[in-house]
Order: sequence, then C-alpha cells, then structure tokens
Amino acid sequence: MITGSEALWRALVAEGVDTVFGYPGGQIMPVYDSLCDFGDRIRHILVRHEQGAIHAAQGYARVKGTPGVVIVTSGPGATNVITGVADAMTDSTPVVVITGQVATAALGTDAFQEADVIGLTAPISKWNWQIRSADEVAWAVARAFYIAGTGRPGPVVLDFTRDAQVGMTDFHFEPCRFIRSYIPEPTPSELSIKQAVALLDAAERPLVVFGQGITLSHAEDRLRAFLEKGDIPAGSTLLGLSALPSDFPLYQGMIGMHGNVAPNVKTGECDVLVAIGMRFDDRVTGTVSTYARQAKVIHIDIDKSEIGKIIPVEVGIRGDAGKVLAILTERMQARKHPEWVAGFAACRAVEEEKVIGPEIRPGSGLLRMGEVVDGVSRVTEGKAVIVTDVGQNQMMAARYSRFAAGRSFLSSGGLGTMGFGLPAAIGAKIAAPARPVCLFVGDGGIQMTLQEFGTILQEQVGVKIVLLNNNWLGNVRQWQELFYGQRYSQTRMLNPDYSLIAAAYGIRYRAVERREDLAEALQELFSDDRPALLDVHVLENGNVMPMVPPGRGIDEILLSENQWYRPQ
Amino acid sequence: MMEEKEYTVTIYTENQIGLLSQITNAFTRHSLSIWSLSAGATSLEGVHNITIVTRGPEKKVKETVQQIEKRVDVIKVFFYTADKIVYRELALYKVATDGLLECGDLEALLSRFNAKIVEMNKTFTVIQKTGHTDETALLHDALKPYKVLQFVRSGRISVSKAMQEPVFKFLRKREQEQKQINNQ
Ligand SMILES: Cc1ncc(C[n+]2csc(CCOP(=O)(O)OP(=O)(O)O)c2C)c(N)n1
Repeated sequence: MITGSEALWRALVAEGVDTVFGYPGGQIMPVYDSLCDFGDRIRHILVRHEQGAIHAAQGYARVKGTPGVVIVTSGPGATNVITGVADAMTDSTPVVVITGQVATAALGTDAFQEADVIGLTAPISKWNWQIRSADEVAWAVARAFYIAGTGRPGPVVLDFTRDAQVGMTDFHFEPCRFIRSYIPEPTPSELSIKQAVALLDAAERPLVVFGQGITLSHAEDRLRAFLEKGDIPAGSTLLGLSALPSDFPLYQGMIGMHGNVAPNVKTGECDVLVAIGMRFDDRVTGTVSTYARQAKVIHIDIDKSEIGKIIPVEVGIRGDAGKVLAILTERMQARKHPEWVAGFAACRAVEEEKVIGPEIRPGSGLLRMGEVVDGVSRVTEGKAVIVTDVGQNQMMAARYSRFAAGRSFLSSGGLGTMGFGLPAAIGAKIAAPARPVCLFVGDGGIQMTLQEFGTILQEQVGVKIVLLNNNWLGNVRQWQELFYGQRYSQTRMLNPDYSLIAAAYGIRYRAVERREDLAEALQELFSDDRPALLDVHVLENGNVMPMVPPGRGIDEILLSENQWYRPQ
Repeated sequence: MMEEKEYTVTIYTENQIGLLSQITNAFTRHSLSIWSLSAGATSLEGVHNITIVTRGPEKKVKETVQQIEKRVDVIKVFFYTADKIVYRELALYKVATDGLLECGDLEALLSRFNAKIVEMNKTFTVIQKTGHTDETALLHDALKPYKVLQFVRSGRISVSKAMQEPVFKFLRKREQEQKQINNQ
C-alpha cells in the first residue's frame, strides 16, 4: 500500500511526465513531501506565482506537444491559476492542473484556504474532477491525460483532497484509452469528403486559411502536400504561425486584423475558402456578415461545434486535420492557378512598399519594433522559438518573425492574456533546451509576471528577453489615438530601471537606443545560452499597421493612419 | 430577428456530480432561459436523463446543444420541437376543501380535466393532473374560484416518437468501438 500522494507521482511518471511546474502550500504538502522520493525522475520547477506555473506549463506543452503539468495548493494557489486555465481552454492547450484541496469532511464549510475549485473551473476546463479517495488517483490521472491530450486539447483540473493525498491505496496504473461519452476524433463523413473534393476540383480561386489545428494534428507536411497538389495559396491565423515555413512559396502570411494584405484581400475574392483547424475568431473575420460572402466555405475541424458556429459553411468536415488533408490530397485533382496565385504578389508589393519596408528598414528616426523582430529572425535564421506577450509587441512579432520549423511561435491568442509571455518562454526553453527561445514583450506585459525572473535565476533558464520598450501600454494607446480622439487615458507608464531589476536577478542586461547598435546587440544576445534581457527603446507612438478597424470587413484595410488600401 | 420556438432538449449523461450546473451554465452563456427542467434515471444503468424546455432561435439552441454535448461526461443531446415527442408535465393543486365542496359537481369537473384527488382532509384537498402546460393551466383557471392555496408544476419529461431511445444505438456503437480498442 502507498499513499495517494505517492500514487500521484507514480501515475505522472507512468504518463511519461518528467517536468512539473508548481508552488507548494498547506493543502498540498503531502504531495510535496512525497516528491522528495521522486527527485531522480521528476524535475520540479519552482515558480514565483501560480499564474507563472500554468503559463510555463502552457509554453512547455505547446513546444513539446504533450500535456504540461501544474501543481499548486488549495484556495489562493488554485485561484491564481484560473487565468491560465481559461487561456489554455481558448487556445486548446493540453495542461493537467493538480490543486490541493481541504479534507473531504471540511468541504463546503469555508475551511481555511478552501475554494470551490470544481465550480470555478468547470466552465473554463475541458474536464475536472475532485479526487476524494486515494483509490481514485491512478484512474483520475490516466483519464486527465487522455482528455487533456486527445481530440481538441485543453486544460484538465484535478482537485486533490487532503484525505486522498494521505489515504492508502494499492497502486495499479492503466492508461485511459476510451471513454464512452467522449469521442475525441470524429470520423469524417464520406459525403463531406466527396463534396469537398468536388468543390476543390472546380475551384478557380481557392484559398486556404489554417490555424493551430495543423500544429496540434502534426499535419505540417500534409498541409504542404495538399497546397502543392492543389496549387492553393494559404494564410495562417496567429496561432497557426510556423506550421508552414515562411519561405514556402504558396504561403501568404497572416490573416486577421493586423495580418498581411494579400490573404485578407483575397478572402474577399476567392471562390472556395478552405478553413482548417481554426475557429473564425472575430480578430480573423472582421465583420462576420461580409466575410468571404462570395465564397463557398469548406471547414475542417476536429471540434464539430466549431463548424458553422460563426461562418455558414457549404461543407463541414469533422475530423483530424492531418487525416482529412491526406484523404483530400489523394482524391483531388492536381491543379494550377497561375494567375490567381500571381495576384497575391501584387497585394504583397503594396504592403511591402507602404508598410513592411518603412517598418523594418526605416533608415532614420527612432528604432521601430518591426526592425527589432526582423533582426532577431536574421540572427537566429528563423530557428528560434518565438514567444510573445500581448499587444503591439505580439502583433509585430507575429508579422515580422520568420520560421524555419514548426512549433516555433507561442502566443496567447484567444484570451489575449498580458503576462503570458515571460513564463511561457520559460516553459518553452525547458521543453526545448537546445533551441534558442526569444520572448518579445512590452513594458506593460513584462511587469505582469515579472516575478518569474526569480524562476529564471533559480533554474538558469536561458531565455532571451527582448523588451520592446515604448513607455506606453502601446496597443491601447494605438486605439486611443485612432478611435478615441487621442485622449490617452491611463496608458502612459513610468518605467522602472530595468537594468537594476535584471542585475538583482543575475540576468545579463543591455539597452539599445540607436539603430547602429542593434545588429551587434542582437548578435551578442544570441551568442550564448544564458538568460539575458535586451531593453530596446523603440519609437513611443508607433502603430501596428496594416489594420482592419473594428466594425469593418476584413478586406477594408488601413495601410497607415490615414490611407486605405486600394486594389491596384 | 430569427424565429423563436419552443424546444425540448433531452440530455443523456454519465452520473457525474456537477454536470447539471455545467449544463445550465451553457444555457445562460447563450442567454437562453430555462422554462422547465427535470432530471432522473433512464432504463440504462448509470445513464441519467436531463430534460430542459427552452425557447429561442434554432441556431442558438443548436449551438448550446453542441456545447453541452462537448462536455466529456455528456453522452448525447437531442433537441425537439413539441410535435416530435410525447411529453407530459405533472401539476398539483392544493385547494381549500370547503370551497371545493361548494362547487357542486366535483366528480364532473375532475373527469372533464382527467384529474384526480390524491389527498383530502378537512382543510385542504390535493388534486393531481398530468398533461401539457396549457392543459394544466386550464385546470388552474377552473379551480381558481374555489381558492387555490398552492399550485406547482413539474419539469417536462418526454419520450421521442422514434421506436427506440436514440441514445441506445449510440451506446451500442460505442461498445463495439471499445471492444476494437481493447483488442488492439
Ligand atoms: C491581463 C490583461 N489586461 C489588460 C489587457 C488589455 N491590453 C491589451 S494590449 C495592452 C497594452 C500592452 O502594453 P505593453 O505590454 O506595454 O505592450 P505594447 O502594446 O506596448 O507592445 C493592454 C493593456 C490584456 N490584454 N490583458
């Protein structure tokens, strides 16, 4: 017989876990005590705030492709992970969160550090379960990993009562492979495949828009084969980035509010739109009623509730992106659409001249975010894992990073959680120690989870932090400038001396203010694998362009504050 | 505006604590109100039934249904317009006995409404009627002159007009799939 706490660690080891992110406390102490006996098999990363633990686990999971694990105490420990649970839910990230809980006899009595974790997390988790006896531990862990990692992935919460932690059980672990009420992967219907093939074969102006579903399904190669055979240009959502290499000839860049001109404009011109593993977020569609209204839409998704939710579809295919793409590629005719594909280049040329060039090769004036991001891609040759926070830094990182391989872009997409970046970068670096990991973060966002500098210090996590410092909550400032009559309400920020903060944590620091120093500073930044902070003082009132203003169609694009895109 | 209709949503779940609140939450999130709710067993061991009556545009109800079906412990969800199901609600009326005796032909009243007395004493009488919402409401109206002390109506329960509970077929298929997985 072993304790429930030991059963937890054994079950985690049986699931292949070797790294967990956590923070101890009263109602999880038996689990932490038992951890002492698993030091040879489990690396525990002690974070500085539970929000840091879950974002780190998210970063870890997205780079590794397996669930990240979080262990925290009851009450405030549990409520501190809530933001991350919600974030993982919207962004389909597999994480297993284990929260301590008071003894079963004390449940519902407002006991010290009791919070209704099951009630709190039910609407924002894929599944949750309160473990009330040691005998349930192995079963609950197996089920948690199965649910978190299969189908459309998501967060699972196990609320581990104290009695279950200290109770005794005969340990027997069996992985979960089936739950009768849960169908992780629907089989695509033959009819939907046939209809899709017919549409594709007849298409003259096909366009693919894909999301993170490609990455989650490990379908990067299959997507490429599909696009090549059909000669179909493709645009990526924010979370789809890096699923196609940036230099793939049919790749047209990012779609959405701050996306590239070509795929956004062509969304309004295509005759068949194939959406794969994406969910038509409003940041992607702009005004829904006019989105791709001329096109026949084929939507492929593993989550059938996404199909038809926002955009009415001609054909909905429920299934795993990779498997569906393999079938479609096999059955459809090889096609060529030279004129249609060439049309994208014209849009790109306009964007290049009006937006991209001035952003990444401004020549004079203050440093711009875009040229910093571009510089990082240059130095790392697109091989780094790029992590972003939220705001202008995020959009600039998304727009100007280049990717040589998949699983190279991490960002909080659906929830837009400021503070996500720093801990997520820590998790990413721990998951992929051999790869450079570069965080782009604003001066607002870095201060939301700045305490994780302590984790970097203790674990010597070699993340490269590029602080795009504009002394503003830049993204909100941009909206105030453009849509709120330049009334800058509470967006100006007085910054601390980051050199002192970095020094306090033993993180190498350098500031860059002049263009002529940038390239060399970036060289130095990536010259080793030690933690470092590069504080880049960028233009204070820079705006992210192009921009589809709120309330506009996705093909109504501002190239600058006062210039609309016009078809050539 | 999309046309609003009444729908009966039939949900089959594993017997799991906490599911009911997740299900009602899904209605709240889609701003659909729950007109009636009942929960209970089915003829399959371990399978529970929750029946909810709501009113709204079909698209919204469908979305809600899909969100509910997505929950791991929810087995299957169906939604019907009234013509596709046989359904009943149960109503109880507590009426002052002396008032009721004044009505003259109590027997005739009860048989006209297909209702019956389930308890009677000197002070009050409890009448029971099963039927559709409008029918139980009509009896309420008819009893009003005799002083209705209390009137309650249960949530709706329903069976589909299909030969078999459709969830049976689903569960049988899943059993087959489980066997296949276990043999792998
Ligand atoms: C937790 C949280 N609070 C508030 C916001 C709203 N918000 C979005 S972007 C932004 C400004 C971010 O400023 P900064 O981190 O300096 O980055 P910049 O936009 O300047 O690159 C704010 C406040 C948010 N997304 N998340």
